[in-house]
Amino acid sequence: MNQFQYVRPAEVPAAAKAFTKGPNTHFLAGGTNLIDLMKMGVVVPERLVDINHLPLKKIEKTPGGISIGALATNTEVSIHPLIKESFPLLSLAINAGASPQLRNMATVGGNLMQRTRCPYFFDTTMPCNKRVPGSGCGALEGINRMHAIFGASDKCIAVNPSDMNVALTALDATVHVTGLKGKRAIKFADFHRLPGEHPELDNTLQKGELITSVDIPVSPYNKNVHYLKVRDRTSYAFALVSAGVALNIENNTIQGARLAMGGVAHKPWRLTETEAFLKGKPVSLDVFKQASQIAMQGARAYEYNKFKLKLAPNTILQALTTAAGLKA
Amino acid sequence: MSGKKSNNPSDSEEFLNGTRRDFLKKSSLLTAVALTPGRVVKAAEEQWDEKIAGVFEKVSLHLEVNGVKHTVAVEPRVTLLDLLREQLHLTGTKKGCDRGQCGACTVHVNGVRVNSCLSLAVTNEGKKITTIEGLANGDELHPMQEAFIEHDGFQCGYCTSGQIMSAVACIHEGHAGSEAEIREHMSGNICRCGAYPNIVNAIQAVKNGGQS
Ligand SMILES: Cc1cc2nc3c(=O)[nH]c(=O)nc-3n(C[C@H](O)[C@H](O)[C@H](O)COP(=O)(O)OP(=O)(O)OC[C@H]3O[C@@H](n4cnc5c(N)ncnc54)[C@H](O)[C@@H]3O)c2cc1C
Ligand code: SF4
Ligand code: FES
Ligand code: FES
Repeated sequence: MNQFQYVRPAEVPAAAKAFTKGPNTHFLAGGTNLIDLMKMGVVVPERLVDINHLPLKKIEKTPGGISIGALATNTEVSIHPLIKESFPLLSLAINAGASPQLRNMATVGGNLMQRTRCPYFFDTTMPCNKRVPGSGCGALEGINRMHAIFGASDKCIAVNPSDMNVALTALDATVHVTGLKGKRAIKFADFHRLPGEHPELDNTLQKGELITSVDIPVSPYNKNVHYLKVRDRTSYAFALVSAGVALNIENNTIQGARLAMGGVAHKPWRLTETEAFLKGKPVSLDVFKQASQIAMQGARAYEYNKFKLKLAPNTILQALTTAAGLKA
Repeated sequence: MSGKKSNNPSDSEEFLNGTRRDFLKKSSLLTAVALTPGRVVKAAEEQWDEKIAGVFEKVSLHLEVNGVKHTVAVEPRVTLLDLLREQLHLTGTKKGCDRGQCGACTVHVNGVRVNSCLSLAVTNEGKKITTIEGLANGDELHPMQEAFIEHDGFQCGYCTSGQIMSAVACIHEGHAGSEAEIREHMSGNICRCGAYPNIVNAIQAVKNGGQS
C-alpha cells in the first residue's frame, strides 16, 4: 500500500476542510472498501482523513421518521429496534450483504459510497473508464456476467454493488451532507448517478462533501416486505440480481408499493412505473406477473449477462409474492 | 472474553526509534506531501485533534491486546493484522486473502469480531483487541478451542483461529440458534478444507453446554 498523510479530525467542519485543502484526499470510515482498493492500487490517496472520531454515530427518531448517523455500522443499523420495527426492509437488505465481520466494520456512509465490483475496475492492468477516464471499458466486450441491464452507457456498464442502497432507495431516504459551502440534503434517487459520459463519477457528491446522516421518512411500508438476493453461493457474495419490495396492503388491495432492484444498474434501481401499476390492484399472482414484466421495460443485456433478463423478473415476482404472503 | 496473558513482552518504545531512514528509502517513489514545520500547531487550529502524521511519519498508538497494554509506533498504512503479526509477534491470527474475503484474520475489537486485514492499526487507538492467543485462560483452553479439537473442526488448521474467533462471537451475538443460523453467521469464514459440518457441530456443542 502506498504511503499517505493521515489526519484525524474531531469535528465535522475540520473534516471538510482537511479534505478540500491540498492533495488527493479521501475520507476513511470502516475501511472495508477503501483499504481494499488501496491495496490493489486502484485508489492511491495522498491524504486520508480518518472520520471515525466525528460524532456521527447516532440512530434516532426525528419528527418525520428516523435519522441514521453516517458512522453507524451496518450491524448497528440492522439490529436497531427502531429500524427493525419501522423499516424491516433495511435490516433484511443489510443482513444479506457481506459477512458479520464486515458488517461490524462497514458504516452507512461508506456503504453508500462503495465502488463497483467490476473486475476490470479492480485490475490496474486493464482498461477502465471509471478508474482511468478515456482508457476504455474492459467489460463491454469482456466477461460482463455481473454487469448492468439498465441505464448503462457505452463508456461503462458497471453496477452499484450495495444491498443497503436498494432498501434506502425504496424507502425514499434523504442523504444529508456537509461541505465547505455548507449543508445540503440530497434525495436518495438523486444521490447515485448513471454512467453516461462520466463513469468516473459514481454519485453527485461534490469534492470534500461529507455524508453526515441518512434520514428515512415514516411510512406504512413496514409489514409486507421482502429482500431477495440471488448470488453464486448462498451467502457472502455480491448480488447477481436482488429485489427489495415493500407493500402496503389493506383488504387484499395494494394501497401502495415500493420496489427497487440491485445488481442491475450503475445506481440502485427504483421501479417507479411498476409501483404506479401496482397501486390499487388486488393482491394476486397475475398482477405480480404483469408487474415483473413492466419492471423489465428498457432492459438490455450484454454477451455474458443475458441470463439476467430472465433472472430479474423472476426475482421480482418471487419477492412480491413472498412479501404479500402469497404462494407462488 | 479477553484472556489474561500475552506472549509479548514489549511495551514497545523500540518501535518509536530507528527506522526513519528505512522509510525514506521505501517512499522515494512517492510524491512527498510537504510537511510544514508548524504542523502540530496547525492541526490544533484546524481541530485536527493533533493526530496528523506526515507521509514519512509513524503515529504513536495505544491499544490493549489480550489484556496487555501496548504503546507502539506505526506507519498509518499498517493494518491491524500486520501490526499483530509483525510488530507484536502474535502470529496466531492468519493472513489468508488480505482483502476481507476469507475471515482468517478475524479478531475481536472491543468485543466485536472484525477482519483485521481491512482495519488500519491507527484507527484502533484506545481499543481492546482479543486474538486467538488471548482466548485461553493460562493452560486451560477456551471451551470453543476444546470443542474444535473434540469435533475435528479443522484439517490443515489455517482458517482455524479465525473460525474460532468468529464462532465465539457467533454465540455471543445470539446467532447460534440453529444449524442454518450458524452457517449463515459463520459465512464470513471460509475453510478450504471443507471442515464446515464439524465446525457447526463444535459450535452447537458449546452452545448447548451453555458456555461461550
Ligand atoms: C469481501 C467483501 C464482500 C462484500 N459483500 C457485500 C455485499 O454482499 N453487499 C454489500 O452491500 N456490500 C458488500 N461489501 C461492501 C461493504 O458493504 C462496503 O465495503 C462497506 O459498506 C463500506 O463501508 P466502510 O465504512 O468500510 O467504507 P470505507 O471503506 O471506509 O469507505 C468507502 C468509501 O466511502 C467514502 N466515505 C466513507 N464514509 C463517508 C462519509 N461519511 N462521507 C463521504 N464519503 C465517505 C470513503 O472516502 C471511501 O471512498 C463487501 C465487502 C467486502 C470486502
Ligand atoms: S464497466 Fe465500468 S467499471 Fe467496469 S471496466 Fe467498464 S468502465 Fe470500468
Ligand atoms: S485475511 Fe482478512 S479476510 Fe482474508
Ligand atoms: S482447516 Fe484447512 S482451511 Fe479450514
